[in-house]
Amino acid sequence: MIEIIISILVLLGGFLSLLGSIGIIRFPDVYARLHAATKSATLSVVCIMLAVFVHFQYVEGLFSGKILLTIIFVFLTAPVAGFIISSSAYNSGIKLWEHSVQDDLKIAMEKSKKAKGKGRKARS
Amino acid sequence: MLQISLNIALMIMSLSVAVCFVRVIKGPTMSDRVVALDTIGITMIGIIGIIMIIQNTLAYAEVILVIAVLAFIGTIALAKFIEGGVVFDRDHN
Repeated sequence: MIEIIISILVLLGGFLSLLGSIGIIRFPDVYARLHAATKSATLSVVCIMLAVFVHFQYVEGLFSGKILLTIIFVFLTAPVAGFIISSSAYNSGIKLWEHSVQDDLKIAMEKSKKAKGKGRKARS
Repeated sequence: MLQISLNIALMIMSLSVAVCFVRVIKGPTMSDRVVALDTIGITMIGIIGIIMIIQNTLAYAEVILVIAVLAFIGTIALAKFIEGGVVFDRDHN
């Protein structure tokens, strides 16, 4: 029974990882690739680490806190890394895909640039 | 049965690393390469986890933690380098 649960978790993790890398090679621009990479890779690592934890807890009888710590760390830092890559890509001027329909950040950045320019003029 | 599924998952994940490596080589911009390298680092954690089950040892738990920390720090440093050309700012004016 435990073997079946571990097998299902491990196979699900491998399948999600393959799905994420197919998304990385097929999607058209950086932002869509980031979407595929971050979510599916995080879920696959969480599944595999859960399988490792269940194996050592119920087959060997060893409790390992480091594996739980790894799950929490990956779950917290993968979205942060994705957000920082996408913001640096936008600030360094990488274009969106030509069929994209909406760019909310452009409006917000123009507004903030206008407000900053007005503030600088008032100060000088 | 567990051994067979572990071997299948190991093969699938090494295939996934190879597919990401194609994107690292031919990515049009630098950000694509950083995304693919980050994904390779995260997939490496999964591969070492499966090897832990196969060899039936807990000795690689620290290795997994160190790889997770290094992938995160490396991604952040490369993103800062792409954005401004420097990793550390010397003056805050």
